[in-house]
Amino acid sequence: MSSSSIVIIGATSGIAQGVARLYAVRGWKMFLVARNAAALEAMASDLLARGASQTSLLVADLGDVARHDEIVRRAQQFCGTIGVVLIAHGILRNQQEIDNDSDRMLEVFNVNATSSISLLQRFGIALEAQHSGTLAIISSVAGDRGRRSLYTYGATKAAVSHFVAGLRGRYKPLGINVLDIKPGPVDTPMMAGRTQALVASVDAVARDIVRAIDRRKGVVYTPWFWRIIMRIVRMIPEPIFLKIKF
Amino acid sequence: MGRWRGRGRDCGCCYLGILRTIMQQTPTSWGRYPESLADRVVDPAWITDVPVAGSSSMLAYGLGRSYGDVCLNNGGTVVRMHRCDRILHFDSNAGIVRAEAGLSIAELLRVCVPRGWFIPVTPGTRYVTLGGAVANDVHGKNHHRVGTIGRHVRSLGLMRSNGTSMRCSATENGELFAATIAGMGLTGIITWIELSLLPIASRRIEQESIKARSLGDLIRLTDESDADWDYTVSWIDVMSRGASLGRGLVLRGRFSDQADGTLVKGWKGPLLTVPFEAPSWLLSAPTISLFNTVWYNRQLGRLSRTMLDVEPFFYPLDAVGQWNLLYGRRGMLQYQCVVPVNDGEQVMHKILGHMQRGGVSSFLAVLKKFGRLESPGIMSFPRPGLTLTLDMPISGRDVFDALDRCDELVHSVGGRVYAAKDARVRGEVFRAMYSSEIERFMPWIDQGMSSSFWRRVMNQATESK
Repeated sequence: MSSSSIVIIGATSGIAQGVARLYAVRGWKMFLVARNAAALEAMASDLLARGASQTSLLVADLGDVARHDEIVRRAQQFCGTIGVVLIAHGILRNQQEIDNDSDRMLEVFNVNATSSISLLQRFGIALEAQHSGTLAIISSVAGDRGRRSLYTYGATKAAVSHFVAGLRGRYKPLGINVLDIKPGPVDTPMMAGRTQALVASVDAVARDIVRAIDRRKGVVYTPWFWRIIMRIVRMIPEPIFLKIKF
Repeated sequence: MGRWRGRGRDCGCCYLGILRTIMQQTPTSWGRYPESLADRVVDPAWITDVPVAGSSSMLAYGLGRSYGDVCLNNGGTVVRMHRCDRILHFDSNAGIVRAEAGLSIAELLRVCVPRGWFIPVTPGTRYVTLGGAVANDVHGKNHHRVGTIGRHVRSLGLMRSNGTSMRCSATENGELFAATIAGMGLTGIITWIELSLLPIASRRIEQESIKARSLGDLIRLTDESDADWDYTVSWIDVMSRGASLGRGLVLRGRFSDQADGTLVKGWKGPLLTVPFEAPSWLLSAPTISLFNTVWYNRQLGRLSRTMLDVEPFFYPLDAVGQWNLLYGRRGMLQYQCVVPVNDGEQVMHKILGHMQRGGVSSFLAVLKKFGRLESPGIMSFPRPGLTLTLDMPISGRDVFDALDRCDELVHSVGGRVYAAKDARVRGEVFRAMYSSEIERFMPWIDQGMSSSFWRRVMNQATESK
């Protein structure tokens, strides 16, 4: 598999870095897209030291949908045949901060949902043309049910999950796997300053993600017990759910 | 970001090895004593995010494996560096690595061992950051051959608290380089480190374990072993008394030079993780005594020869995650001192005697002879002589009194204690042990940096005991 390649969108995010390191050890070619140029450079040298055969970097603000075609084109040029696309960018804002601020609320929607869906569709078309590959995106357990403490973020992730569920059906016959990754809270910079129980390590989550990609899974909860927790959360009747403060 | 508790509670699920509450990741030291409450904890994801000084003093924090309070900054800002862990350059022909300071030795080994390189100096755990290793100028079982890790640092990046970044090496900002190695984080934040590595052909280590029946026997065997072996260390049965006081096992090893294909083997990691604080009787006098006796008598013959992997040879305690929790709520102290060779045997005798008379039980006692190779680090601990390391539960006031007596003894023969292990040395004693070094070190301290340890020994503030 040494000739395989991965495209990582939002490559400098905590989880993406963890996943990238695992593919670097396999000697893959990596096309990395993120906003922070200095961070991308540091990350690329790390991946090369760990065994990545080649890296290519693209600095882009992913909220800028106008650049998405360019991202896909450049990724195809570099990779030839794309093995895996991982879409990992996203922002998390405290619900109270955006509860009364529509502009900031829409910013979250734009980055997490609109731009993700735009990239999913464009990369989907690219994979369709080559009749192979895996399209993976990081959504969240927060997308499984809207709750008062995190409903905007949750709604963006729900939008992504629904979109991906449809794409999976569309591409299944073509041999393209579409993976929805649903992590619980992970110890990443995005979580900094939030007090939260059951925080998983980046390494553990990254291993789960790579395993799910290898096994061509459709949906993966990571760590695994979130599948059970969220099933229960979804079953709570609405009148009771409204009384729970979380 | 709020205020962070210095000592977090552990969630019962930790045995899974993947679950941690954020509470638990608050800065503590490995001995879990003293308690400390940072005013602010910063968690930079990139070197460019490392903050400049604000209203309170700063201190970089790695993986919290120093035992006492050199890694703590009570009431100040703690900058956790573990996310800045990228390898910036790896030259696998020359064996030179440049990496961000938050890279752990464990991660470094994952990358460099398969390509035939090992870290030239390693402490007894691989879960330390390179920054922490250099800031404490750690030593290993091969000190008599290669000195401390500071000798293998080619250059490093230092960010002062005002935001200035500089490159330091023996030839560039040389005095600041010397102050930063073993500088306990007080000269600024180390951002990256360039290190020379050690070539190896195999992960396997040829080890001999020799039973020594007394302290004199043990020291003589150490001298003999140092001549022919790269790695030597001795374990002492702390419960031995009378004529057999100081009996133990002398361990010596060297890397196998057979290219046997083991370099690409994976790492096992912790076999089990201690999920929560153990009750304090678990490591108390009777159990410690039992363990030491069993361990000494486990080896039947005088000499035992084995081939070991690097993991059990260098990092036996890494097999048990969070083993410090075994010491229970009260935490533990580690004591490490070095004394000149001439007085060595006599002082070691007296220290072991002090501990026994003071009713202090040390679970683990380790003896090693430091060599003559000098570190570039001004505040570096090792000096030619014998070094003794003792782990002990904080069972009461007696422990502190016994260690104070040991300090006096060590100081009286020109010896010193190791800051990275310390949580209790009296300020005037420490200052006397390092008087000329402190004088040379002081001008290079960054006024925006500070630590609980430094304030304690320099008496600038009284910290709670």
